[in-house]
Amino acid sequence: MKLSAENTDQPDMLRVSKLTKYYGDFAANQDIDFNIKPGEIHALLGENGAGKSTLVKILYGSLQPTSGDIFWNEKAVETPTPSNARKLGIGMVFQHFSLFEALSVSENIALSLSSEHTIEEITQRATRLSKRYGLPLNPDALVGDLSVGERQRVEIVRCLMQNPDLIILDEPTSVLTPQEAESLFETLDILKKEGRSILFISHRLEEVRRLCDRATILRFGKVIATCEPAAETAASIARMMVGSDVNLVEKEITKSDNQVLLKVSSLSQSAATPFSIPLKDINLSVRAGEILGVAGIAGNGQSELFDAISGETSAIKAENIEIRSKRVGKLSINERRQMGAAFIPEERLGHGAVSDFTLSDNMLLARHQSDAVAFKKLGKIGMIWRDMVDKATKRVCDVMDVRKAEVNPRSTSLSGGNLQKFIIGRELDRQPSILVINQPTWGVDAGAASYIRQAVVNLAKSGSAVLIISQDLDEIFELSDKIAVMFDGHLSQAHDAQSITREEIGLLMAGVENSENKNAA
Amino acid sequence: MQPDFSIRLEKRGEASAFFSVFSPLIALVLMLFVGGVLFAIMGHNPLNALYIYFVEPLTDTWSLHELAIKAAPLILIATGLSLCFRSGNWNIGAEGQFIIGGIAGATLPVFFPQYTSFSILPLMIIFGVLGGMAWAFIPAYLKNRFGTNEILTSLMLVYVAELLLDWIVRGPYRNPQGFNFPGSVSFSEWQILPEMLASGRAHYGFLFAILGVIIVWFMLSKTMKGFEIQVIGQAPRAGRFAGFSPKRTTLFVFLLSGAFAGLAGIAEVSGAIQQLRPSISPGYGFTAIIVAFLGRLNPLGIFAAGLVLALSYLGGEAVQISLNMTDKIASVFQGLLLFFVLGCDTLIHHKISFGRSWFFVGKDVSHGSV
Repeated sequence: MKLSAENTDQPDMLRVSKLTKYYGDFAANQDIDFNIKPGEIHALLGENGAGKSTLVKILYGSLQPTSGDIFWNEKAVETPTPSNARKLGIGMVFQHFSLFEALSVSENIALSLSSEHTIEEITQRATRLSKRYGLPLNPDALVGDLSVGERQRVEIVRCLMQNPDLIILDEPTSVLTPQEAESLFETLDILKKEGRSILFISHRLEEVRRLCDRATILRFGKVIATCEPAAETAASIARMMVGSDVNLVEKEITKSDNQVLLKVSSLSQSAATPFSIPLKDINLSVRAGEILGVAGIAGNGQSELFDAISGETSAIKAENIEIRSKRVGKLSINERRQMGAAFIPEERLGHGAVSDFTLSDNMLLARHQSDAVAFKKLGKIGMIWRDMVDKATKRVCDVMDVRKAEVNPRSTSLSGGNLQKFIIGRELDRQPSILVINQPTWGVDAGAASYIRQAVVNLAKSGSAVLIISQDLDEIFELSDKIAVMFDGHLSQAHDAQSITREEIGLLMAGVENSENKNAA
Repeated sequence: MQPDFSIRLEKRGEASAFFSVFSPLIALVLMLFVGGVLFAIMGHNPLNALYIYFVEPLTDTWSLHELAIKAAPLILIATGLSLCFRSGNWNIGAEGQFIIGGIAGATLPVFFPQYTSFSILPLMIIFGVLGGMAWAFIPAYLKNRFGTNEILTSLMLVYVAELLLDWIVRGPYRNPQGFNFPGSVSFSEWQILPEMLASGRAHYGFLFAILGVIIVWFMLSKTMKGFEIQVIGQAPRAGRFAGFSPKRTTLFVFLLSGAFAGLAGIAEVSGAIQQLRPSISPGYGFTAIIVAFLGRLNPLGIFAAGLVLALSYLGGEAVQISLNMTDKIASVFQGLLLFFVLGCDTLIHHKISFGRSWFFVGKDVSHGSV
């Protein structure tokens, strides 16, 4: 019991009553009631599409409710714009940072403030704040040179400059190493002791249980329950979020003498743009039936590695990449697909799928070459055989349980989880012998994520080699047989998933090299 | 806080389906309205002037044939351009590709006037197509090889083509019996693109336009190539994921639109003008850009839009004759139309928001934050 009696009797800092938001006929939020006390860390939980973002946007003033009231310190208020919300004392740190990479830290902070303050004053205040809250920052550093964790600190300091009473944090730990998350929690603790409240949105139930005083759980736009996370288990919270039991992924340990299907050797590559990461002497191999997890914080060369393996950028030498012992470094992505490989990129819209295209067009996008016999006719003219494409699309949607309002909707109209299920199903449908996935369940709700993970494990069980690149350590541990860590364009040795600990992975993620050889598999 | 007199365009969440469909029609109505106001300012009865401009040309056979003659190059060029624009390649130089197509096609009759058989016309057409493709190849190559901006290079090549035409009709292509007037020999019967119907002047260029529309419609809606073009235009990253090469697509769409423009050029020279002159186009290559957008980059829409813009040329001639107005009036109407088409499309997808200070002029709007 973290809530003391006097805490409960305190007046609410924020209370919403019967808050409702309709988009057309669809209720994104319906009759939401909840409250936040001063000095409370309050978790907002729910699957993707449960209405968390809508609720938070209403509180922060970027959306207007259809009906319902917001009370701030027991007074009814309206927040027609984010600047009104900030004036009340509500600050927000978004999941996706809005920082200019080419500007310095203090310039970025200055941009969000009014122009009455000189850059020196801002630098001084930012330095004071960063010391007080344990958020070390160099105000003169260019944001482009900062790590993701440091960028988040910039966002938090920028938010604190407004001296907010309530701070909304949207998935703050999803981009952090375990150690970085730990230091964030210490900061939150200081803020809490000062009587500030925090609305904490996260998918990670363990950290919610540790950190948060109370949690409000949303499902289908309604408040399902308010609970004390410390008194619950992660499984019981997940059950409330999803409405049913979430299956844990079942997997077996694979034998280590299977054939190597995917091999990367001595892959080095210089940075193509000022903001991309050079790859440094990368070596890895994945055997049939094996899942290799590549952990690491985003922006350490994972996307570049994915592009090199998929063939979107061709490797420097043919022998850098081998598929079933054949050198493919110079082959195109479609030639690699025809050898049995399948690729699932991180970005769903704009990379794995075209936003304005229908699902069947997106089916064609990835499989027009590997399924040329089925999908095309009239030889050189390359006429599209729509019936066959539609049939394959329907098959994938059925198998993967893709929920959609029309037979063949545009990909933007699907939720992130459903689109990801489609994109993954599109590749699994081919029974690939090699599957490379970048961030398989990024931004996907718990139900869809466990479905996707099980599908990937099943593919490996049937004898395929799977390479998973993920920032989500829980996912890496849940799925992988072996784990390697990417840091600054360098890939560590693969470690046995059974024997390496989270702390060791965390150190590798932060680039601490000395634990490197201890656990080599 | 500083006064905020900014005006911003903000994206709308959901574009209205109704306005998306009818935006070209709304643009047309707005053009007619502003055009009417302009006529009134210049002292003409606006309704009468609009009637002379937009209705009268449709009332007799002769002008319907003229309409087909003017619509043919517009439709053909715009259809080719729609592929460029859909793939994100901004070919602004169709006018130059049209002119070079005309020059290349006219080379045979100019230098081999004795060569008269049924094979001359197909050869002229092939030359015209190749000429347009060659001219379009230059910006495509420069873009692929050096990353140059194709808008600038293709546009600049228009002026090169215009000056080249101006020079050769006074130099190497000039008619020796032409009393030193700039211009080539007049083509003989075999070298002229024949008329389609007995009732008037409209030549087979209009049929080419119809075929072009059908081919491009088929390609865009039914084939892998059309799919590829749309993927590259909408999401280049997804295009690479699909294994499509943006460079190959750039080359393809430029060559194809160059071929269409070149075909339009030789059809105009051989069918309508029947010789090479210092000027062979009233800006078809530029007007076709309006046609392409008014037709929503859709071949069938472009067919309709081509007829509308051809009417703007005819109407311009009509008011010149009936109301003694300048021939610039056609450009004014075309400019108005493009302005309103782009404006309507922008406002369907965006809304205008005004800075706070527009509404609180004179009041104290400073409130300290930080």
